[in-house]
Amino acid sequence: MAKRIDLKDVDIYYGAFHAVQNVNLTVTPRSVTAFIGPSGCGKSTVLRTLNRMHEEIAGARVDGEILLDGENIYDRNTDAVAVRRTIGMVFQMPNPFPTMSVRDNVVAGLKLQGVRDRKKLDEVCEASLRAANLWKEVKDRLDKPGGGLSGGQQQRLCIARAIAVEPDVLLMDEPCSALDPISTLAIEDLIADLKTEYTIVIVTHNMQQAARVSDQTGFFNLEATGKPGHLVEIDDTEKIFSNPTQQATEDYISGRFG
Amino acid sequence: MATATDSDLDRPAAEPSTRTISASRRFKDRASTVLVTLAFLIAVVPLIWVLVTVVARGAPAIVSATWWGNSLSGILPESFGGGVYHAIYGTLIQALIATLIAVPIGIGAAIYLVEYGRGPLARTTSFMVDILAGVPSIVAALFIFAAFISILGAPQSAFMVSLALVLLMLPVVIRNTEEMLRLVPDRLRESAYALGIPKWKTILRIVLPTAFSGTVTGVMLAIARIMGETAPVLVLVGYSRAINYDPFGGNMASLPLLMYSELANPEAAGSYRIWGAALTLIIIIMIFQVGASLLSRYSAIPK
Ligand SMILES: Nc1ncnc2c1ncn2[C@@H]1O[C@H](COP(=O)(O)OP(=O)(O)O)[C@@H](O)[C@H]1O
Ligand SMILES: [Mg+2]
Repeated sequence: MAKRIDLKDVDIYYGAFHAVQNVNLTVTPRSVTAFIGPSGCGKSTVLRTLNRMHEEIAGARVDGEILLDGENIYDRNTDAVAVRRTIGMVFQMPNPFPTMSVRDNVVAGLKLQGVRDRKKLDEVCEASLRAANLWKEVKDRLDKPGGGLSGGQQQRLCIARAIAVEPDVLLMDEPCSALDPISTLAIEDLIADLKTEYTIVIVTHNMQQAARVSDQTGFFNLEATGKPGHLVEIDDTEKIFSNPTQQATEDYISGRFG
Repeated sequence: MATATDSDLDRPAAEPSTRTISASRRFKDRASTVLVTLAFLIAVVPLIWVLVTVVARGAPAIVSATWWGNSLSGILPESFGGGVYHAIYGTLIQALIATLIAVPIGIGAAIYLVEYGRGPLARTTSFMVDILAGVPSIVAALFIFAAFISILGAPQSAFMVSLALVLLMLPVVIRNTEEMLRLVPDRLRESAYALGIPKWKTILRIVLPTAFSGTVTGVMLAIARIMGETAPVLVLVGYSRAINYDPFGGNMASLPLLMYSELANPEAAGSYRIWGAALTLIIIIMIFQVGASLLSRYSAIPK
């Protein structure tokens, strides 16, 4: 199930713009890795290269190796669609499919991959909603539109949708930034539960959140706007927040800039 | 010590300056109100006039017992009998065939332009659509005449009319569908990709359904527009006073063509039928337009 990710000398470009420079890091299975750093330093960009979402942008390009359990996901013969089935993603804005019911949203991935078996779909639907801590709230309105839920419920619906296709890795890009504090706590609890089965990488601008949910924290920074972002350091979360090696990290987490 | 009364306290120290409006400003205010109202009336009066005239003159015809169910086959020019169902059929079947051809091509082209189109081919296509949108209906009709009837030797028929209508409908359908597809937020596409759904399936099952009602609304407006087109029916098909169900051969009436041919009828029955056909055409077009606006009410794409 959960898989290990290694980034080796990764450089990321948007056309001629060098967005992220020379990232090396390892994410171990069944752990939560948080990316923190000032905005524009390339956290989302790095995250989106992990499931080859980056290449959907015209002119976007990645150099270096990204290994999933040792296999390069950017290998010439690797299919981006297959990579994304293995590495799921939850976005900043909750975005259920507006034409679909709650149930259809959850099983959209399976259905569109060709699974027809009604019983199996119903089982996966319930299991995923339970795993996303949403089952109790929506079990009586599975046939209602997914867009009718509250923001926090919609985001958990999107998490349920992502885990319904049984990925090995779950990427989350500021999943709580559009949510109220209570929904945020619900999602953080959920991340702690999911950790037992998935490898999770989460981008957050909220340092308390990084400290609460993650095992490992990476701090990204950039020297100046227009310069590429880079990974300053990555280490156990406890170490980063108590005794970081780099002065820049220390300044950032103590709120001296950013 | 004198105590101030409540009313003293409530009274403002000075009259607020906002309360007085200078005479010149009051005049400008009035004048612009009058001008705008006048412009509105100038725009609306002819519209109401046309509608009232058409309804008043057309009503006697369309309430007649035979209007909706009979043709003019065997009816003398001076007789008030008969009906226009042959022309209604013609108008509808010509629009239907045009729609069946134009909609798949138009939606396909729009999908290409929005979802795949990059580089010179997309730019050329987009440019051609702009040109097509500016082609007058008589030119579209003459083009079909030249290409299919003169060169290929096809007979005049309702189908030729439909082909000309396709040319008129295509740019409208393409532009509208493009707009609807662009309204579908990219994050929906991305979250489908993130589930491991291939691009073509994402378009077919996520993007198109989200844009569906807006697209259908646009198609219905396009249909409403082409049903009143007169140039293609004048150039590409002969008039028939009897019903002809075959769109691929023979003469076929349509409402605009019937009106045109009755213009040559000097009898009172001629203008009776012209006004009746005009009202009938307006009613049919309105049904499509009202349908479209009802649909668009349910077509909000979530932001
Ligand atoms: N689609 C894009 N096209 C071009 N440049 C982009 C695009 N998305 C992000 N960038 C640039 O890449 C850099 C990193 O952005 P991002 O990864 O979104 O930062 P973060 O998530 O850390 O705030 C920024 O300078 C941003 O302007
Ligand atoms: Mg970001």
